Amino acid sequence: MQGISAVYRKELSDHFTSYRFVILFALIAMVSFITSYMAGIHLKESLEGVAKPRFVFLMLFNTTGALFSMVQFVAFFGPLIGIVLGFDAINRERGDGTLIKIVSQPIYRDSVINGKFLAGVTTISIMLTSIILVISGLGLMLLGVVPGVEGIWRLLVFLIISIFYISFWLGLSLLFSIFFKSIATSALASVALWIFLSFFVSLGASVLADMVVPVDAQGGENAEAVVKNIRVKQFVSLFSPMSLYTNASATIIDPMRKTSDAVVLMGPMEQFSAERFQNPLPLEQSILVVYPYIVVLIALTLVCFAISYLVFMIQEIRT
Amino acid sequence: MEDGKVIETTNLTKIYPHQTAVDNLSFSVKEAEIFGFLGPNGSGKTTTLLMLLGLTQPSAGSARICGIDPIRKARDVKRLVGYLPENVGFYQDMDAVQSLAYIADLNGMDRKTARAKIFEVLDTVELSGDPHKKVGTYSRGMKQRLGIAEVLLKNPRVMFLDEPTLGLDPDGALKLVDLIQSLNRDLNMSVLLSSHQLHQVQKISHRVGIMIKGNMVAEGPIDDLAREKFGLGGTEYGLEEIYMKYFQEV
Repeated sequence: MQGISAVYRKELSDHFTSYRFVILFALIAMVSFITSYMAGIHLKESLEGVAKPRFVFLMLFNTTGALFSMVQFVAFFGPLIGIVLGFDAINRERGDGTLIKIVSQPIYRDSVINGKFLAGVTTISIMLTSIILVISGLGLMLLGVVPGVEGIWRLLVFLIISIFYISFWLGLSLLFSIFFKSIATSALASVALWIFLSFFVSLGASVLADMVVPVDAQGGENAEAVVKNIRVKQFVSLFSPMSLYTNASATIIDPMRKTSDAVVLMGPMEQFSAERFQNPLPLEQSILVVYPYIVVLIALTLVCFAISYLVFMIQEIRT
Repeated sequence: MEDGKVIETTNLTKIYPHQTAVDNLSFSVKEAEIFGFLGPNGSGKTTTLLMLLGLTQPSAGSARICGIDPIRKARDVKRLVGYLPENVGFYQDMDAVQSLAYIADLNGMDRKTARAKIFEVLDTVELSGDPHKKVGTYSRGMKQRLGIAEVLLKNPRVMFLDEPTLGLDPDGALKLVDLIQSLNRDLNMSVLLSSHQLHQVQKISHRVGIMIKGNMVAEGPIDDLAREKFGLGGTEYGLEEIYMKYFQEV
């Protein structure tokens, strides 16, 4: 324990005093500030003279004000935070000759990687929490709505999911920093994988879906084919942590959503009843709907870290 | 430990996929002795040091540091041994006190003891003049001395110094060698000194070992080795001649 806490404290203070962190934090704080401000203005206008829905507060996070919503922002750029915090964690120390010095102190070798990972997760948590709090404060001022207890719980669940999502990328870049001796290579590899998994997988998903189950553009008659097409698309896009995250946070941040599916087939009677009884889901039900996504996201994060751990433990310490 | 040996290896072997780095190495270092660990580049000296620290698994054989097995109880061994790696690195934006404080932290020292000890070792290595200067601006000689300070911080029984004088100017190297000698004399510290600066090794070593291609080809006091190679009057030969003689024979 003594080793972990020493490494943890050192890494944490390194993160908070580094220019890299300050720049990143300023950028992210600014963007989320602007996004939620726009969302707030937009909400305020559209709710003028209308009875306020129950979860106005959460809408701050998923309303697209100007360009994208807060949730989309985390989904797109959250990975970058994780990557920036981890891509040179091990290889820099190896190159500088400090790693060998640290592991020749009376600590277990895993303290180094555990301490680094935990410090990264803490930094991410502090970053996200403060940003969410700032946005909430902004929302209070703009909308004049106080979040209910359930709203706060939902935000908390959203926060935890987001922390795991970004930690996954931290774990991945940590893994690359162990694999690749060169800092530039590990940074490039992390960014390349980020772009591939976040942007190209969803593109590839539609291409693959159209190949497997062709649906012609005007037709749409064949409902079965359309559904199949979407199922394939969804399945493929699950390989992207971004769509996992979007799915996982979908019903959490938007209580009115009953499913994370894009397309729901309904008969006319069902549609009628759905419109009549449009009530938000209770939190437990919302969690239940996206439970598989949350579990997979957490599992991915843990697996990624476990691989880094193993590789680091068996690797020769010499460069 | 009863026999006064701080380091003892028996048939220590390390085989990498394409080469045998250390081949059936058996040698020992006595208490309060400076042992000159010589050998050409790539002869397996650093690998041996890493195995003695428990940082690399030997393929065969065993080692004991003060009676402790570094494979099973690496952490206990690392408490007793201070290791100064070749080309030791530092965190560039820390100062000497911060660097030492981190090492103290990793050794589980409490703040107060650490603080006193840090200034004590900085005094020993003559770096206490400007303790808040960033390590990034240090000269090579100062870095090596800071490295020694980090080693001394944990009160080691044994020091492993890997090429401590490499790349130092003559004056800096001389100071460092004197420092090592005084640590050995005043604190009874055993030193395993790996170096290519043979005249420096000759000056301070009680015994030397010459390692070539993973084997210890000679081990003992310099005079004994000289006699062995050059006959009875051989003591006038320096370590350099002895080393070359062994090297040419292999």
